Amino acid sequence: MLGSFDAVLLARLQFAFTISFHFLFPAFTIGLASYLAVLNALWLWTKEDRYLELFRYWVKIFALAFAMGVVSGIVMSYQFGTNWSVFSDKAGSVIGAPMAYEVLSAFFLEAGFLGIMLFGRDRVGPGLHMAACTAVAFGTFFSAFWIISVNSWMQTPTGFEIDVATGQFLPLDFWKIVFNPSFPYRLAHTVTAAYLTTAFIVGGVGAWHLLRQRRTVYEANAATRTMFSMAMWMAAIVAPVQIFLGDMHGINTLEHQPVKVMAMEGHYQSHEGGAPLYLFGIPNDKTQTLDYALGIPKLSSLILKHDLNASLAGLDTVPDADQPPVGIVFWAFRIMVALGFGMLGIGLWSLVARWRGRLYYAWWLHRAALVMAPSGLIAVLAGWVTTEVGRQPFTVYGLLRTVDSVAPLDAPAVGTTLVAFVVIYFTLFGIGTWYMLHLMARAPGAGEPRLKDVSSGPIRSAGRTAAQDDAPQRSGTIRTEV
Amino acid sequence: MPLVEGLSFDLTVIWAFLIAAAVLIYVILDGFDLGLGMLFALERGRGDRDVMMNSVAPVWDGNETWLVLGGGGLLAAFPLAYALILPALYMPIMAMLLALIFRGVAFEFRWRAGRNLSRAGWDAAFIGGSGIAALCQGIALGALLQGIRIDKVARSYSGGWWDWLTPFSVTVGIAVMTGYMLLGATWLVMKTGGELQERMRSRAWPLGLATVGFIGVISLWTPFLQEGFYARWFSGWHIILAVGVGLAVLAIAALMLRALTVHRHEYWPFLLALALFALCFVGLGVSMFPYIIPTRITIWEAAAPALSQKFMLIGAAVLLPIILTYTGYAYWVFRGKVDPESGYH
Repeated sequence: MLGSFDAVLLARLQFAFTISFHFLFPAFTIGLASYLAVLNALWLWTKEDRYLELFRYWVKIFALAFAMGVVSGIVMSYQFGTNWSVFSDKAGSVIGAPMAYEVLSAFFLEAGFLGIMLFGRDRVGPGLHMAACTAVAFGTFFSAFWIISVNSWMQTPTGFEIDVATGQFLPLDFWKIVFNPSFPYRLAHTVTAAYLTTAFIVGGVGAWHLLRQRRTVYEANAATRTMFSMAMWMAAIVAPVQIFLGDMHGINTLEHQPVKVMAMEGHYQSHEGGAPLYLFGIPNDKTQTLDYALGIPKLSSLILKHDLNASLAGLDTVPDADQPPVGIVFWAFRIMVALGFGMLGIGLWSLVARWRGRLYYAWWLHRAALVMAPSGLIAVLAGWVTTEVGRQPFTVYGLLRTVDSVAPLDAPAVGTTLVAFVVIYFTLFGIGTWYMLHLMARAPGAGEPRLKDVSSGPIRSAGRTAAQDDAPQRSGTIRTEV
Repeated sequence: MPLVEGLSFDLTVIWAFLIAAAVLIYVILDGFDLGLGMLFALERGRGDRDVMMNSVAPVWDGNETWLVLGGGGLLAAFPLAYALILPALYMPIMAMLLALIFRGVAFEFRWRAGRNLSRAGWDAAFIGGSGIAALCQGIALGALLQGIRIDKVARSYSGGWWDWLTPFSVTVGIAVMTGYMLLGATWLVMKTGGELQERMRSRAWPLGLATVGFIGVISLWTPFLQEGFYARWFSGWHIILAVGVGLAVLAIAALMLRALTVHRHEYWPFLLALALFALCFVGLGVSMFPYIIPTRITIWEAAAPALSQKFMLIGAAVLLPIILTYTGYAYWVFRGKVDPESGYH
């Protein structure tokens, strides 16, 4: 069966699988690290128990998600070479340095301070513990900064020359390489997406507990209400910002990668004097038509050009060999946008409920927030697919084709490891997700140890505090519960 | 990028040393926690296993970050070497990465497992993951030493999928497993007390003897793998160096055994085990330099352009001292013995 696939397709599938799976964890932990830093700061500032309860609640989930992000991330640093060795050789002189900066400025910072953040509160004192929380949060941001810079360079390459003899990309100006034209937009859009992802997970968990506690006690506990309220503020404020950033990013893409926008919009044909915004359609690359299209006239021109009558070129101006697969890009984009507006809807709904004093009693809002809990993760993946598949058939946009980037791979070898990755990732990360859901199913504050007893776990290990906190009695480093 | 102007010559050598240093730091840091993972198999008691895992839990992800720096640094400073080595070692590297996943999640999941059965499953993942990762790292080193077939014109790997699998590479793999277990056992002599410490003490010295035996076998085998090695080791001042390194290995091994059994030191055995690894690294360096793929590709042939190396060197010069400082601080915060009664002091 494997023989019917070629090695390039398998290498792409494998890379797409491992990076998509990996991306889910940082998309969650980037926001969660900042949320934890904020909670810890609020606890130190106000000394209100609910903030510490929430910190201790989410830090266990953070530890699990972070560990899964670390181990799936180590894979990525080697897959560039195992699957895309020609790309690594040709582009390594340009992209290698920013990636080395990511390791030096981000990964070490996170790993170095994570232990102190998780378990060192009583060992280093509140000030240094707060500093450690902040360092971890900054580490996650620096990581996003560098890796998105590299990704953006692959989309909008600048600051290099090509060696005629070897075909290698040679750096001329690292400032231009790092701050390439699409980088600021993609960074803002992605980091904001990560914050929204976290906000909706936190909000969904809060909503779940509001709904559950409603059955027994009408008033949910303070930590639950705080968590839901903070998440809804984020949704109300950040979702509109994100839609604005997305629009800016789209306009930037139109300038630098117009073909990607054509695929996103399903514009096979060029449109003179105003292009429609298609809400629905079945892209057909063979006939180069959008079947069953349902669109709003001229709206696409208004969004992209801010002019109802602006002309937009279509894929009919692009050779077939240079087109991305339109169907995937078209639908991934629509899923992302729909979820974005869904998030905005939740945010506005929460504002109305809050204004009417019904935020903690608006059961339908809670149900909607619960359903939307994974919306950030799905939107992030859909957005990622839009931008990465939209870059095809190139790895370095317009300059290096994907088929010319691949390692000298044997289909059976890649196929075997692909199967191994799929089985192992779904099993291990599936179990890890189950453990996270298990933690989320418990209400914050309930079953937590006495709050004044801050000197909890004697030692750190990502699972350790948790173990300590769960234990009925503390007895040093040994877990006591069975 | 062939041999370039004066400045980049220096930069290339600096980067070769920096990457080698990152790999050495990785090997000794993750070496003791992978070795500890293998020793897990021999300790059945739940309390002992908890103590063992807790002794490395605060630091393991920092330790593994050096592996990422090794990979990322190789791509950045020597992209051609990265592009040639990784396809050549595809299978052992993939197996290592998957094994590290099993082992890494076990650190977290073990504490989440409600039932004894699932805990036993994560313990097995920890043991198996640690063992396979160590074996694959050794195999990768052996495969690199024995030579990688490349097409210099096409700048690509030209060997087969099973080239890495030879008696030599498997021997190096087992040697690395043994050496890591030595590091793990001496680490636990330092970090634990009571019966667990005694058992580790009694395990450390046979592991020490086995490690020295493997070092001897591999050192004598290596010169016959490739002509370049033979010529290097058996000519001129290298013979003196070889004899010197060999004597130093024996001396350190003897000191370590005495520290373990006669003097019953707690931290000297670990420090001497680290010295043993550092010496092996010196020997390896002499065998390889200036090749990054032995006898095929030199560091200059594989080097990124001077501008890339300069740009990174600024970051490394600023950030590495900071990283070493806070990594040391993290070890300091969690210093002392893992005491099951009163916690970690």
